Amino acid sequence: MTEIVKSKINIVQAPDGINGPGFFVTMLDKAVGLGRMNSLWPLPFATSCCGIEFMATAAATYDLGRFGAERLSFSPRQADLLMVMGTISKKMIPVVRQVYQQMAEPRWVLAMGACACSGGIFDTYSVLQGIDKIIPVDVYIPGCPPRPEQVIDGIIQIQKLAVSETTRRRNQPEYKALMEKYGME
Amino acid sequence: MDNQALLNTVQEKLKAQFGEGLISSEMVADYPVFTLNRDVICDVVHFLYNDNDLSFQYLTTLAGLHYPDNKGKELGVMYQLHSLTKNFRIRLKVFFSINDPNVPSITPVFLGANWMERLEFDFFGIIFKGHPNLKRIVNVDDMNYHPMRKEYPLEDATREDKDDKMFGR
Repeated sequence: MTEIVKSKINIVQAPDGINGPGFFVTMLDKAVGLGRMNSLWPLPFATSCCGIEFMATAAATYDLGRFGAERLSFSPRQADLLMVMGTISKKMIPVVRQVYQQMAEPRWVLAMGACACSGGIFDTYSVLQGIDKIIPVDVYIPGCPPRPEQVIDGIIQIQKLAVSETTRRRNQPEYKALMEKYGME
Repeated sequence: MDNQALLNTVQEKLKAQFGEGLISSEMVADYPVFTLNRDVICDVVHFLYNDNDLSFQYLTTLAGLHYPDNKGKELGVMYQLHSLTKNFRIRLKVFFSINDPNVPSITPVFLGANWMERLEFDFFGIIFKGHPNLKRIVNVDDMNYHPMRKEYPLEDATREDKDDKMFGR
């Protein structure tokens, strides 16, 4: 492999640790965080135009694969990141909640677009006024719909959460209180 | 047959068959409109379906109506009928009090009216007598009001971040 081709390959930096001949020691949390951060499996929960914008984000031009998130999981059991994109009507509430509850820990939620964040222009009796009324949300992406650059920024924010997430999050009292607030577990 | 002739023909036939059941007939924007007594609506639809000169055998749509200022006749249902073989279109209307929102179902004639009537029940609370399965169709099952009635606000009541000053509520 020539030097020019080699320089195009972007490799994730190893975490801080003790390096020596034949061994490398680091903290488990850091190694796990590195893996989680760079292989997010998003579950696209797309209900409207934001979903179209997400398709552009995942396609070749913007290429979500550069962030290790190109493997979209359509099964909540295998997904790490729930991306809610679009208007959630009140009739969809049980579906969104069930999908979220089926996801294994650790799980993150990204609300994409004005509708998922706050109901958007649909201030009406049939539409849920923001998905944070039914499930906890980690990152909000504003816009109607957001540009793919904004979606990538949102993914990067999720990566920052994922890399520093403790492996014991679900045992923390704050996390348990949060789940209880939403009537789960 | 132009629309005026159609209006006259249908008016005569309904008058002969139902008498007082036909309350009024008029031309609204080149479209014959007949206001009927609600008790005869299913029979009228059935009669127009089987009439050989008219054969209104296609139900284009039906819709609920709410005019809060029409005291005693607040609620209504509008039916649009289409004769596919003759290419005639007419509109039927019935009105009744909001305190007695009952109207005969036309599902015995048009099976396709099943979901349409469920929709109008969902949004206006109009009870279609004789409907085989009258329950909500689009709104959440535990909704406790009929949102298209004008006394209810359009906006969602759970939203706290909007106030009159900024959003004209």
